[in-house]
Amino acid sequence: MTRIPLRPLARILRARQNGENPDAIERENLRLRNEDLRDRNRLRAEGRLLVLGVFFFCAFSVVGARMGLMAASEAAEPRGIDSDTRIVAQRADIVDRRGRILATNLLTRALYATPPIMVDKPRAARELAAIFPDMEEAELLKQFSGSRKFLWIKKKLSPEQQQQVHDIGEPGLLFGPREMRLYPNGSLASHVLGGYGFGREGVYAAEVIGTAGVEKNFDEFLRDPAEQGRPLELSIDLTVQAAVERVLSGGMRMMNAKGASAVLMDVSSGEIIAMSSLPDFDPNNRPTPLTTGDASDSPLFNRALQGVYELGSVFKIFVAAQAMELGLVNADTMVDAKPPFVWGKFKIGEFEGKNYGPRLSVTDVIVKSSNVGTANMVMMIGQERQKKFLASLGLFEPTPVEMVEAHGAKPLIPARWTELTTITAGYGHGMSVSPVHLAAAYAAIVNGGTKVAPTLLKRDRPVIGPRVLSSANSAAARSMLRQVVTRGTASFGEVPGYAVGGKTGTADKPKPSGGYYENKVIATFASIFPADDPRYVLIVTLDEPVETSGPKPRRTAGWTSVPIGAEIIRRTAPLLGLRPVIEQASANGLRLTSE
Amino acid sequence: MKSFLFIMSALAVMGLAFWAYNENYKTQAALTEVENLQKQIGQLLETRAVLRAEWAYLNRPDRLRDLASINFESLGLVPLQPEQFSLVGQIGYPPDPLLDIEDVQDVVGNRSVVAVSDHEMQETGGLRPPLDEDTP
Repeated sequence: MTRIPLRPLARILRARQNGENPDAIERENLRLRNEDLRDRNRLRAEGRLLVLGVFFFCAFSVVGARMGLMAASEAAEPRGIDSDTRIVAQRADIVDRRGRILATNLLTRALYATPPIMVDKPRAARELAAIFPDMEEAELLKQFSGSRKFLWIKKKLSPEQQQQVHDIGEPGLLFGPREMRLYPNGSLASHVLGGYGFGREGVYAAEVIGTAGVEKNFDEFLRDPAEQGRPLELSIDLTVQAAVERVLSGGMRMMNAKGASAVLMDVSSGEIIAMSSLPDFDPNNRPTPLTTGDASDSPLFNRALQGVYELGSVFKIFVAAQAMELGLVNADTMVDAKPPFVWGKFKIGEFEGKNYGPRLSVTDVIVKSSNVGTANMVMMIGQERQKKFLASLGLFEPTPVEMVEAHGAKPLIPARWTELTTITAGYGHGMSVSPVHLAAAYAAIVNGGTKVAPTLLKRDRPVIGPRVLSSANSAAARSMLRQVVTRGTASFGEVPGYAVGGKTGTADKPKPSGGYYENKVIATFASIFPADDPRYVLIVTLDEPVETSGPKPRRTAGWTSVPIGAEIIRRTAPLLGLRPVIEQASANGLRLTSE
Repeated sequence: MKSFLFIMSALAVMGLAFWAYNENYKTQAALTEVENLQKQIGQLLETRAVLRAEWAYLNRPDRLRDLASINFESLGLVPLQPEQFSLVGQIGYPPDPLLDIEDVQDVVGNRSVVAVSDHEMQETGGLRPPLDEDTP
């Protein structure tokens, strides 16, 4: 670059000659120089900006292009990363408390047709109708011949059926992979498990969703990929459940009952070890719900959880326990038991017009199941306190059992709780609860007096709820229940070695039109074992049982539910690991009476 | 000097290119292998799920009960009864097997290793080095 001098001598001399100021020349040159400098700097800066702009443009273009590519390309599993997170199955297994499978998945195929590429439609329809007896040839042909381009034929195929369809050789019949739910134990614990159905369906996959029971209640957990297929552990014990169902179904037939239910619950943790309702169904092939008539006639109806019944005399122990807790009586206090008990225009008598009076001890009121004695005790307690106590046992609320059906099974409580309701509720009439409610309430009474929340999930430690009864009164109640079996209405309940305690309840069934049936009862046996240190509570309920071995039909729980309950205990107690207590023969042939 | 540097850097670039080429192919091979393994794992998991389902199905209580009753004559299986519980002391364990002693020498030989007192050796008549008196 040539540098122009600020004061070129030739111009200065010329200016001096002309009498001009030579400094003006210098200033002029300086201005020109600065302008030149400024222009060059601007050019350089503009160039830099341009480069930077191009750079940013390229960078953003790359980012944008990458984003576009990622968004547009098909999703693929990362190839190089060995991760432990792997989607094992679409839906997690359900297992029992010892890890045995109650529900799992099986890969199967769904069959669909694409009529436009079918070669011989009449033949395909004929052959399909031969493979699947539930399909009509004419109907299939009509569907193939219509304008439809795609139709599902069968949602689940067995491998044999798939081979048979394959052998037709029709290119328009295609298979899509499907995950289906399998309940390997058939109808075992069917009400607990519920059932499944398909949600959104595509050719390559379909959503498996729970439609009832724990399958629906834990739908989100079972389908959560973050859980990585961790199975749902239930409190149910498969072996015990099988034994309970076996005995119960045999007993139901023997007692000519319309339905039956059994609940076996751990008294300290509230875990339901077995829950059965008969008649039952196969969840692999869940029947459709009834659309007309009484829902309780469907095998889908869970009598143990959804069936709210007036359960009868099994409620009397609540009255006795509360009266002792309030200090109104103790186990040996004599109470008035002279029938009839009169309240207004109502008269309350004993079963078959018996008379246990004039006075009975509180223990004997329970042992002999005296309505009058209970009514007198409940009058001592009073309306408000009784209501509060029953509520504290959880008898006024739906049970917290983790099944969708539980929320709807609300106990039937009269809107107006009058004094008469108090009296009838004392012996289990006028309010209806489910067998699971009763199991939880009995567990609370006998486990030392703390409330129990029934659950279907496995727990590893007992859950101590709020106290409803002192442990001394709980022990007294246990002793009463034990005596009901040794010398009371549940004498068939004795199981050698297991010190069963319990209370029977026989309640007339209410007519839908009002009033009660003469010859239809709900027979309940609420039992605990072993009575001295209870581990389990078992509720057996029979719907309309009748025992016909005697000269006249017998319907009381003592003749119907109790033998079944005893047999269930005899079969399940060893399975639960309870060792029978064998009475020691003493050397001198004498026994202490207190033992 | 300058040309030497040029040649060296050219060789280095060629070497690196060769190395990168090799690594690329190795990576591709490893990725393919991983993919195959993943596929195999998937298939095995699927098979395992089927086998587990089959195992559960074959072990369903209904079937076991039927099998037990069909084979009652040979197996004699009945449901668990309370009477089947008993105390550990009541169980007849097989007696402890007696030690198999064939050769007296064995026993002596073993003992001399444990207890090497001279006195004992004399009593048992075991092997011992000759005493000084015996030597002439």
